[in-house]
Amino acid sequence: MNLRRDVFQAIADPTRRAILLLLASQSLTAGAIASKFDTARPTISKHLQILTECELLGQEQNGREIYYHLNAKKMKAVADFIEPFRNMWDDRFNKLETIMKKYKPKK
Amino acid sequence: MERKTKINAEDGKQELVITREFDLPVELLFKAHADPEILGQWMGTKVLKLESKKHGSYQFETTDAQGNPVFRANGVIHAFSPNAKIIRTFEMENASFGVQLEILTFEKLTDDTSRLNIHSIYESNALRDQVMKLPFTQGINYAHNRLQEIVGKLK
Repeated sequence: MNLRRDVFQAIADPTRRAILLLLASQSLTAGAIASKFDTARPTISKHLQILTECELLGQEQNGREIYYHLNAKKMKAVADFIEPFRNMWDDRFNKLETIMKKYKPKK
Repeated sequence: MERKTKINAEDGKQELVITREFDLPVELLFKAHADPEILGQWMGTKVLKLESKKHGSYQFETTDAQGNPVFRANGVIHAFSPNAKIIRTFEMENASFGVQLEILTFEKLTDDTSRLNIHSIYESNALRDQVMKLPFTQGINYAHNRLQEIVGKLK
């Protein structure tokens, strides 16, 4: 059984983040991706597998080659996770501002 | 409406920085963090205790409509410089998020505007990300309901 992969686990690794950055501008084969790293090829394959399981990467068959591309939709989910946290603080601070604007010091 | 609060949480780090500018003199911004009654109003939690001084401590509690506690947090105040800085710890009770160190810096911009900078340091990167996902999973709905409740009562 495979452990269920979490997108946030996927991006916690620096090599995987580098792969995502690399694929931001172009689709590449596993070989082409591996050639950009000093890391052993099987290690890169493992990273690609994890990123694919998390749906951060998609695969496309082109002739005999398989090209990896970035799944932008899934990447947006990663960016979005910070939004509720930001909203929570924004709500709190808006409230703080409203309260303090009405505040009259007791003398 | 534009969100004024900036959150900087770099990948792989165990810290985050929250920054916000207020249309308030720095004295009022600071007071909102030092006065238990006011703090409770905007944080949406009951302030059981808040000793705004060096070596002081605080405790928050939020209860549901039936009065059962749903959230409790506490911490100690390490440094307290009026209108300038608060250093405190923050820990949620009965949760597995560990303790975080919070450095709050209050900065005067003009006579009527100020900036708050909160630097939070977590025990690990994984814990930071878990805490940040909290509102995403359950807290945000709760906070919104709570906010609506309070605002509703004001009308």
